[in-house]
Amino acid sequence: MRPYSYSRARDASGAVAALAEAPNARFLAGGTNLVDLMKLGVETPDMLVDVRRLSSDQIEELPDGTVRIGAAVPNSDLAADRTIRSRYPMLAEALLAGASGQLRNLATTGGNLLQRTRCVYFQDVTTPCNKREPGSGCLAIEGHHKNHAILGASENCIATHPSDMAVAMAALDAIVQVQGPNGEREIPIEELHRLPGDNPDRDTILEHGDLITAIDLPPLGFAANSKYRKVRERASYAFALVSVAAALDVEDGVVRDARIALGGVAHKPWRATKAEEALRGEPVNEANFRAAAEIELADAQPLAGNAFKVPLARNVITRTLLELSEER
Amino acid sequence: MSITTKATGKAIGASLDRLDGPEKVSGTARYAYEHHFENAAYLSPVGATVAKGRVTQIDVSEAEALPGVIAVITNETAPKLADTSDRELAVLQSDEVAYRGQYVAAVVAETFEVARHAASLVRVSYDEEPQDAELRWDRDDLYAPEVVNPAFPTDTEEGDFDGAFASSAITLDETYTTPTEHNNPMEPHTTVAIWEGGDLTLYDSTQGVHAVRKTVAGVFGLDRERVRVVAPFVGGGFGSKGLPHANTILAALAAQMVEGIPIKFALTRQQMFTGVGYRTPTIQRVRLGADEDGHLTATAHDVVEQTARIKEFAEQTAVATRTMYATQTRRTTHRLAALDVPVPSWMRAPGEAPGMFALESAMDELAAKCGLDPIEFRIRNEPELDAETGLPYSSRNLVACLREGARRFGWEGRDPSPRTRQEGRWLVGTGVAASTYPVFRMPGSRARIRYEEDGRYAVEIGAMDIGTGTWTALAQISADALGVPIEAINLRIGDTNLPSASVQGGSSGINTWGSTIFEAARVFRERHGQNPSAGDEAEGKLPDNPEMENYAMHAFGAHFVEARVDEDTGEVRVPRMTSVFAAGNIINPKTARSQFLGGMTMGLSMALHEESMMDPRFGHIVNHDFAEYHIPTAADVGEMDISWIEEDDPLVNPMGAKGIGEIGIVGSAAAVANAVHHATGIRVRELPITPDKLLG
Repeated sequence: MRPYSYSRARDASGAVAALAEAPNARFLAGGTNLVDLMKLGVETPDMLVDVRRLSSDQIEELPDGTVRIGAAVPNSDLAADRTIRSRYPMLAEALLAGASGQLRNLATTGGNLLQRTRCVYFQDVTTPCNKREPGSGCLAIEGHHKNHAILGASENCIATHPSDMAVAMAALDAIVQVQGPNGEREIPIEELHRLPGDNPDRDTILEHGDLITAIDLPPLGFAANSKYRKVRERASYAFALVSVAAALDVEDGVVRDARIALGGVAHKPWRATKAEEALRGEPVNEANFRAAAEIELADAQPLAGNAFKVPLARNVITRTLLELSEER
Repeated sequence: MSITTKATGKAIGASLDRLDGPEKVSGTARYAYEHHFENAAYLSPVGATVAKGRVTQIDVSEAEALPGVIAVITNETAPKLADTSDRELAVLQSDEVAYRGQYVAAVVAETFEVARHAASLVRVSYDEEPQDAELRWDRDDLYAPEVVNPAFPTDTEEGDFDGAFASSAITLDETYTTPTEHNNPMEPHTTVAIWEGGDLTLYDSTQGVHAVRKTVAGVFGLDRERVRVVAPFVGGGFGSKGLPHANTILAALAAQMVEGIPIKFALTRQQMFTGVGYRTPTIQRVRLGADEDGHLTATAHDVVEQTARIKEFAEQTAVATRTMYATQTRRTTHRLAALDVPVPSWMRAPGEAPGMFALESAMDELAAKCGLDPIEFRIRNEPELDAETGLPYSSRNLVACLREGARRFGWEGRDPSPRTRQEGRWLVGTGVAASTYPVFRMPGSRARIRYEEDGRYAVEIGAMDIGTGTWTALAQISADALGVPIEAINLRIGDTNLPSASVQGGSSGINTWGSTIFEAARVFRERHGQNPSAGDEAEGKLPDNPEMENYAMHAFGAHFVEARVDEDTGEVRVPRMTSVFAAGNIINPKTARSQFLGGMTMGLSMALHEESMMDPRFGHIVNHDFAEYHIPTAADVGEMDISWIEEDDPLVNPMGAKGIGEIGIVGSAAAVANAVHHATGIRVRELPITPDKLLG
């Protein structure tokens, strides 16, 4: 690990200002991903600015019904929160499906959104990787890519975003509150994470010095009927092969509205808007659910090693929607 | 007392808690890295980033300039070793790179952090040559080794297999593969090396202190008496610490270079995937023929696997097939590809673990083709004699294990047809497979017994406890060998200052060391009687067991597995597993249960999870950490029903005990695969059984 300096800013503005002056500095929150990457030599900051105590660790309800989650809320606390569990069960389930108890105690809400890919080539500095070293090449395309993207990838990068929490938040249209060098702004989560395109080194649209201070969940009544289903190779402590966060609004056997997002399939949490659109107004049945899933996956471009993700995603979307329609 | 006299004392068979338990839970049991020295320095290695070629230049200036760096060692500055014939251990002796990750330099520094950072600053240039690191069955350079591990014939042939197979009423011809797997004990390979006044002391995480001493003394050209190796507690090895690897040599080299400064070197988890041994991938073609009554007429097991170009290791994958079943004709072969890869080595039940996955999967497949229950099919092919040697078995209770397991598991009335049981989204199936492991005994152990002033007997033997319970089991054996209560035993193991003992491997520890202690006790009593005086002492060495010439000696077992497969996702869960073993007398039921449980869990892991993924473009394992190299979590291990049948075998040794460290893993992966087939109708012949292989 490269030597680095450590400091703790007095407030968010101070932290943002500190980073503005230090192009190779990073914010440190839970450190559950950043510190690992520093040990691997993937991240080589010369300064860490500890922001864990700057942001709120509270979950509060705003007058319009929005639930505001402070960026420093630990994943464990968010998963256990009564409001989250009753209004947005998919989010609590997604959090509990991720990592381990110890990691969830340390990891923060803001940090979870900014996890970096688990691509084995990205994590190994002795191999080329366009995300780590733009222009050096993508080894996963013709190498080991079982865990890689089937949607929205580019010829430069087929990495996936590893977060479970972010998938649920994508389905819930979360708004990310950001404080940056030029003040505060709101970013819809759909826009926060990028597709790799020609700049796979950029995971998000955040600029250097941007600090996530809170995440807002807008009110969504039918999110109370939601769930998160994560498929993985062992029962616990594994990243998703494919995951689905879904909420279903059904009236008289007909889908009024649906929210679906997928994990493990793309460089970002994948909001399945085409499937949602296909479902609206359709009768609740397995064939319609499967058809909607297939519409979403029609654009999939799997490789030899991850082609199984297409039927897997189709099956999991279908099954999750069926379970949501049965449980009402 | 002769070798065949059965122990009659009370300590053997008692379900004692581990005698070293309090030290372990209170953190006072010292593992290698926990031997503290005020002036210790830390070593961090630099691994080659090419798989084949030559180091053309090493720029150490940046690393050396770093405050806290004591030394940077390269092939140009490393002390010369006396014996470089074992190329795995010829560390930093030339500019040649033989596999990716091989040590090309190392940094010694005042702290671990500085050492690691400095290692990243060592700039190495290579003249890279095209490497060849991919095992395929159709390679044109496969060769037959002279023997397979440790000294079995490479090929065997009984009768005319080809003719018998061609004329068999029912046949099976399938290929099974197992991937590269890495041992990954909880405690990584670790050494504290101190070179002072020509004496070398190693606190080493090893399965054999005397084996390390012998090897290290030879490599460095030291008298054995100048080398001391200490390892009272070891956090697992699974074979990867059975022989010293390059890491131990590197630590000693560094200690030699900075004489007087203790060198601490613990591998990171990522480094555990290079150069400390692994299980070779295997490609196994199994052909079985049977007559209409379900009797085997033809058996062939042809294995292709890999070794390293710099040193041969030939896994004995088809050896269990030579003894498992009666068959009219039989052929077994092993062929190797020598690749630009680290040297494969022992990993829990080398040979039996991968080989029995193939054979026991094939037996399940052929049973179905014969229209027979898989248990009945195995019973019909139970042999009278061991075909390999023509000898009778000292005891062979496979059938009893199958029957008792079937009773405990609830096998009776099982509908053999696949994909017919469903609970919600889970497809449910059950499977069975047999297990076996030979009774190995290693030569060359001695034990010393001394009556001490406190009225206790010091029992000294340079044996090992790698987490298996040896501290407790050997104390129990010592008590019965001397005919005294266990409180009167003061056992000392894990140090080359104690009499020489064999390596802990091949499930041979209790057989070898226990027999040695029995002999030492016999000599002691013969010389000093029942009422010795303080200071009375006697030594004994492992006696021959003439019965080994007259009998084939093996332990057996049977695994039963219930598997559930999510029909939407292909996720596999194993809610319960029943295993029954016949392994002679059980020294300590509590620690024995842990051995069986660990083996079964490792078999479950082999079945569903473990796979080291080689990228042949680079020649390295890409998933080299526990996030990507999966082993079971607690949530993956369901109800484990473990038992053993009473087996009285006075022929194996005075304790009547067979080794139990490895038999738990053997066959268990096949039991899972057979259950998955029963659940889904899908036969997975390539381990591990992951969801992608079950999604239609």
